[in-house]
Amino acid sequence: MSGVNDFAFKMATVNGTGSASANSLLMQAIFRMGVPVTGKNIFPSNIQGLPTWYEIRVSDDGYTARPGAIDLIVALNPTTYAQDFASVRPGGCVLYDSSWPLDPKAQRADVTFLGVPLGDLCRDAFTGDRDRTLLRNVAYAGALTALLQIDRAVIEQTLTEKYGRKKSLLEANRRAIQLGYDYAQAHFDCPLPFHCAPRDRTREFVLMDGNTACALGALYAGATVGAWYPITPSTSLMESFKALCQEHRVDRKTGLNKYCILQAEDELSAAGMVLGAGWMGARSFTCTSGPGLSLMQEFLGLAYYTELPGVFFNVQRAGPATGMPTRTQQADLFSMAYASHGDTKHIMLFPADPAECFALTVAAFDATERFQTPVFLVADLDIGMNDWMIPRLQWDDRYAPDRGKVLDAAALDQVQKFFRYVDTDGDGIAARTLPGVDGKGAYFTRGSGHDRFGAYTEDGAAYQDVVDRIRRKFETAARALPAPAYHRQDGADIGIVLVGSPAAAVREAVDRLREQGSIADVMRIRAFPFAPEVTDFLGRYQTVFVVEQNRDAQLRALLAIETGTPRDHMVSVLDYAGQPLTAGALVSAMTTHLQGVAR
Amino acid sequence: MSSIAKPSVRHPSARKNAIGLTKADYEGAMSTLCAGCGHDSVTASLIQAFWELDLPPHKAAKMSGIGCSSKTTAYFMRQSHGFNSVHGRMPSVTTGANAANRDLTYIGISGDGDSLNIGLGQMVHAIRRNVNMLYVIENNGVYGLTKGQFSATADVGSKSKRGEVHEQAPIDPVLLALTLGATFVARSFSGDKAQLVPILKAGLAHRGFALIDVISPCVSFNDHEGSTKSYAYVRGHGVETVATDFVPLRRSITVPAQHDEVTVVQMHDGHRVRLHATAPGYDPADREAAYGYVRSCIGREELATGLLFVDAAGRDMHDLNRTVPSPLAQLPFSSLCPGSAALDAMMARYR
Ligand SMILES: Cc1ncc(C[n+]2csc(CCOP(=O)(O)OP(=O)(O)O)c2C)c(N)n1
Ligand code: SF4
Ligand SMILES: [Mg+2]
Repeated sequence: MSGVNDFAFKMATVNGTGSASANSLLMQAIFRMGVPVTGKNIFPSNIQGLPTWYEIRVSDDGYTARPGAIDLIVALNPTTYAQDFASVRPGGCVLYDSSWPLDPKAQRADVTFLGVPLGDLCRDAFTGDRDRTLLRNVAYAGALTALLQIDRAVIEQTLTEKYGRKKSLLEANRRAIQLGYDYAQAHFDCPLPFHCAPRDRTREFVLMDGNTACALGALYAGATVGAWYPITPSTSLMESFKALCQEHRVDRKTGLNKYCILQAEDELSAAGMVLGAGWMGARSFTCTSGPGLSLMQEFLGLAYYTELPGVFFNVQRAGPATGMPTRTQQADLFSMAYASHGDTKHIMLFPADPAECFALTVAAFDATERFQTPVFLVADLDIGMNDWMIPRLQWDDRYAPDRGKVLDAAALDQVQKFFRYVDTDGDGIAARTLPGVDGKGAYFTRGSGHDRFGAYTEDGAAYQDVVDRIRRKFETAARALPAPAYHRQDGADIGIVLVGSPAAAVREAVDRLREQGSIADVMRIRAFPFAPEVTDFLGRYQTVFVVEQNRDAQLRALLAIETGTPRDHMVSVLDYAGQPLTAGALVSAMTTHLQGVAR
Repeated sequence: MSSIAKPSVRHPSARKNAIGLTKADYEGAMSTLCAGCGHDSVTASLIQAFWELDLPPHKAAKMSGIGCSSKTTAYFMRQSHGFNSVHGRMPSVTTGANAANRDLTYIGISGDGDSLNIGLGQMVHAIRRNVNMLYVIENNGVYGLTKGQFSATADVGSKSKRGEVHEQAPIDPVLLALTLGATFVARSFSGDKAQLVPILKAGLAHRGFALIDVISPCVSFNDHEGSTKSYAYVRGHGVETVATDFVPLRRSITVPAQHDEVTVVQMHDGHRVRLHATAPGYDPADREAAYGYVRSCIGREELATGLLFVDAAGRDMHDLNRTVPSPLAQLPFSSLCPGSAALDAMMARYR
């Protein structure tokens, strides 16, 4: 770390003061200079007045994990000075607002303190408390433009795009940038040893958060009914979907909507709405997080047993209970995999970044209709809410939705009598019919015991016949769902297994381990139930690490239950403090284990 | 839900309705409820109403929760899709189904426990959304299926079979619906087919949420002396407030001479409903007055029955959401997916 296009900086501010737009301006400008960049927003569960941080990592190597060390901090929140100053690596810098004196005792000798009188500059240049507060953020962005050598033409261009029509706002922002820039140029050695240099590495990329990508996926997959109850960090998914629908799903002639978004009274209701719409043949979905998932349990069991489609986005946050709503985790694996009472199992798809959120959302809508069972699209706060650099999303116009085995009127005409739960071709999937099509296809959807004909039963054999077929259906699904993604190296004797967002940190950790002489293969599982090849991978290495963000090693437990691999053959690498993973933490945990074994 | 397939016996001379179906065609599986259960009488009235309305069975969806009452969807219209969901959650499933396909007729059957205990929140919000559906509460004051515990509609002073006296204030679905802005509110009695059938027909014709509270005695657990939901009690305390006469679309309509006691309501689909107030001066279009009247009846230990309030001009869920007239579930994929060029263009926003 630390060099040209290889550093990280962090803004420590108070939420509700408008720093978000200054931070995204910086990130966007670096991205537009062609330099790979990632941002992580570490924010409180609160609307105004609590500490918030934004970390930006610049990496020529294209590493997107949370940075391990901070080279520069913009410390604008005196209440967190102590921890913010301590978070800078030795030799790094602190940029603070020197309008107020800084307690000399608080300073560290091994970092450079750069005082910029942001408050004074803005007080003199602007009027009104609100403007002064907001523009103070823009002024620090100006100072960073000088210190980190961020292209001013790009900043100018970005500001113009953003405020183009609002002339006075544009002028004020320009002026604030200039104030910070000029002050830094006049008082410090600009640029700092770590800074940006233009590249051409982002042309084919975009900056997008996963919730937006999921919403785009739902739009493109043809979802028409969305039901939800707001909860962080999933809220912006439905809000994005709504905005996209307002743009793309309003009939030009009539002004009427080709979608229906239902803000339910709670998540029980949201789940019921999704299933009702799925039963009718619409592509329907909900998005939620921990507490909402808990409320949906009974309906998930009903959907499993009555074999109804519906996509359930779970943007995981730190639990249990209300937990830490603005922190990330992967701790809902148990409550999704076997959600609801009785023998149940649910399909989960695990995107690792927003690009995959888009692709796997479309796959989720296909899978839920093909297998006639709920599908979880499993994200987390890190993927869902942070801006990631991903390849431009693309759409194949040849795509046709997989609606699964649905008998229309013509098909019903061909059958003597329709029975809902009869599997005619051995894949465990029985054909369904949609209401409103033909009386011949009518059947009774019931959560009570039923036989293969759809009739009520309390007969043990008839009951088992159905649940055994459902088990076979899941075996078919395991083979058909998105396969694991691998990173393989010659001579690897270590296997690393994970799902979802830790992929970014794992990728970097594997490179670093290699430098230390430890060679690892990576299997990133993308679907549950697990594909048969998952079992093979686990058996192939002397050491298998399972990396996950929860306390109880839930993924490892699922692997043990579902593949029969002894639990102790898999070494857990756990991180559940609620922040996106860093490569450093992984490397040190794995190295410690490997050294222990060698000794 | 238990059900036994019923042999469909068709008498060649059985009368057919306008779409060529006999009443037997509107039947379902054999009921497994207790002999004499009020719910079975409601089923008979439902069959009569649907047959008279010439409702194509496959264009209807039967929705229910869990309870003896919720089982009744299995006992009529075997050629309709049915959905027996989870306890208290039928409203949300119906809301989603209706959002996806607005062309079907939704018939929701629930119980007092299902709607006013465990499912109160869902029912209330379905009313607020004005989901276009018939919503029948088969109200017996107890949880029949779990053997007789008091439900939220049990009156203060009502006695359980074991002699326990109920002391908690009840929830009256009619009063509740009136305060929530429901656009169709009625009350009837399972034993009064002559009153119930036209109300059911009017409820089906109504565009929006049509609530019908049907007192439907539970002969096994709440039909004894001291119960306020027994056959004997309802027969003795029911007062018909509004007599309903359903005027079908296809017959020539003779509008009765205007006089104070008759209100003619033009339903959205062209049907008309004639309401004769049997209580002097009662106006079924006046929400405040309806509320006051129903309350005053409760004070006198009377049960106001009939179609108590109707507003045929209310906007339903689809109006409120401004959805297209064709069912969302049937829109062609090509009209839903913006395509690759639009996605390429959108990518510029994320740079
Ligand atoms: C979540 C849940 N809790 C409890 C039950 C048990 N249960 C089944 S029906 C019922 C009460 C039904 O009462 P009501 O809706 O009044 O119908 P009735 O049987 O009286 O017609 C209960 C408590 C259940 N099925 N689900
Ligand atoms: S228990 Fe009561 S409600 Fe249930 S079927 Fe018997 S009489 Fe009807
Ligand atoms: Mg009851």
